[in-house]
Amino acid sequence: MFETSELNVHNQRVQRLYRTLFLMMTLLLILPVLLILGTLVVKGGSVISIDFLFTSPTDGMTAGGLFPALFGTVWLVAVALLISVPLGIAAAIYLSEYAGENWFTRIINLAIINLAGVPSIVHALFGVGAFVLFFKFGTSILAASLTLAIMTLPVVIVATRESLTAVPHAFREACWNMGATRWQTIRRVVLPNAVSGILTGVILEVSRTAGETAPIMFTGAVFFTPFLPQSVFDQTMAMSLHLFVVSTQVPGVPEDLPYGVALVLIAMVLIMNSVSIAFRMYLRGKKKW
Amino acid sequence: MPGKQLTKTDDLSAAFDRRNADWYIDKLVQTLVFIGGISAIIFVIAIFAFVTKEGFGFLLDRFDFQEFFTSPYWYPSDEDAPEYGILALIAGTASVTGLAMLVAIPFSLGTAVFIAEFASGKTREGLKVLVELLAAIPSVVWGFIGLSIMNPIIIDVFDVPVGLNVLNAGIILGLMAAPIMTSIAEDALKAVPDRYREAAEAMGATRWQVIYKTVLPAAKNGLLGAVLLGVGRGFGETMAVLMATGHSVNIPGSVFDSVRALTATIAAELGETAVGSDHYQVLFTIGIFLFLITFVINLTADLIVRGIRKG
Repeated sequence: MFETSELNVHNQRVQRLYRTLFLMMTLLLILPVLLILGTLVVKGGSVISIDFLFTSPTDGMTAGGLFPALFGTVWLVAVALLISVPLGIAAAIYLSEYAGENWFTRIINLAIINLAGVPSIVHALFGVGAFVLFFKFGTSILAASLTLAIMTLPVVIVATRESLTAVPHAFREACWNMGATRWQTIRRVVLPNAVSGILTGVILEVSRTAGETAPIMFTGAVFFTPFLPQSVFDQTMAMSLHLFVVSTQVPGVPEDLPYGVALVLIAMVLIMNSVSIAFRMYLRGKKKW
Repeated sequence: MPGKQLTKTDDLSAAFDRRNADWYIDKLVQTLVFIGGISAIIFVIAIFAFVTKEGFGFLLDRFDFQEFFTSPYWYPSDEDAPEYGILALIAGTASVTGLAMLVAIPFSLGTAVFIAEFASGKTREGLKVLVELLAAIPSVVWGFIGLSIMNPIIIDVFDVPVGLNVLNAGIILGLMAAPIMTSIAEDALKAVPDRYREAAEAMGATRWQVIYKTVLPAAKNGLLGAVLLGVGRGFGETMAVLMATGHSVNIPGSVFDSVRALTATIAAELGETAVGSDHYQVLFTIGIFLFLITFVINLTADLIVRGIRKG
């Protein structure tokens, strides 16, 4: 009764064929990129040393290290986080705890998608028009970080909202039944249960912010400055822009130097991302509900 | 109110008034998070307003619709007779984005199908993590890869004098957009309820028949949304395109021609212009154009994706 018919055999063969085809497509997409990253590691690895990380560029940026750029990126990311994390968490709390399902919420969601979709160079134009010129911050860390913060705001909002909505509704109801206000419920019940998910989103944002180039080109990052920034009103060098500069703008750079800069930048970003992913998996395994 | 009998003459509203400190804090927080909630709307409007404000002078005085969109001559810094035609820049952006999509769409949809439908267990988790990591590589690193790794390969393989061209930037941009398209497409496939698959499997369909006849039609709109968001991303990409296209104003005749993209033009020229000059303002006008196009793309993608969820 259950003998394999010819049609069955044919179908199975087709099925195997397509599985192989799709596997090939996946490998063709992923392997070249891994190969490229491998090249970066091999060529850049020879440049990287403790000195490379902790000294300034010398000889018109054709030698020396990248410390001012590394230091500047830390500044830019830190200031951007100070702005976008509170704002993003507030927005996520509103969307997850207060907003109803209506046209207004839909417009907010649409605005978030758009904020994430606007080209980075348009964010840069906005930063120049608004923060550098209109608010008269000049080209400074403050202007650049504000631009970065607005650009990466959707990352925080989306990640936070996801971890807030993952907290079961019954938790909230139990708290309301005890006579707690909405805010007491959010602060004592919802946020503690979502805090690790929010942290995952924040790490992800750090990695996004550290790699952006266009938004900071005209708002606060400069090709070269001999001084380390002292306050948010100073200009600074940055890792991403430094890679652009040494690979296109400076004549006579030894071939390996840009590879070293690229490797440090990519390592920063990918390590951050991996931490965020590992953290997320750990949490998923630990979840109590 | 223990120990006290309420009578008709007592003010009942005062007795049940719960407006203590907690109540006021609650209202205050509600206002604060509401401000956070609408911040995204405010920022989108502010971006449009400020970019328009800086580009407005050009729009008012110098803007000539026909010249702007149909002239291939882009000589904004010519002192006597500057020309502001962005046709060649549009052609540059379109050719690079088009080629990138040719690379990215089949491969990322294929990868999404493999991850969501064929792979399972550790393989699926591993591939998902890998795709997520690839999506995180910064665009300036992609530009550098185009400049120093792809460039010599293209010169060698195709025996052309310059390796910075539509082909280079298209491949780079395709590899860049693919992981993002893969994630969104995979989400769309995951959104198809499992009972669809179970029903088809119960009829004796093989895995491929389930995918082809059931899952793909059900996820059609979500996949289209993923493609559109990928297009929007490729279109707005700046650093990779600036570094890998060769950056010369050109309407490309083949994939081996160097071109220049709209976004890259702004990035390359804004630093050299005087604030308020025609050249400065025309760059902001291009910014308005870019903003409007990505706005429409994102809006369309959203309408397509939400359309199916309602139905």
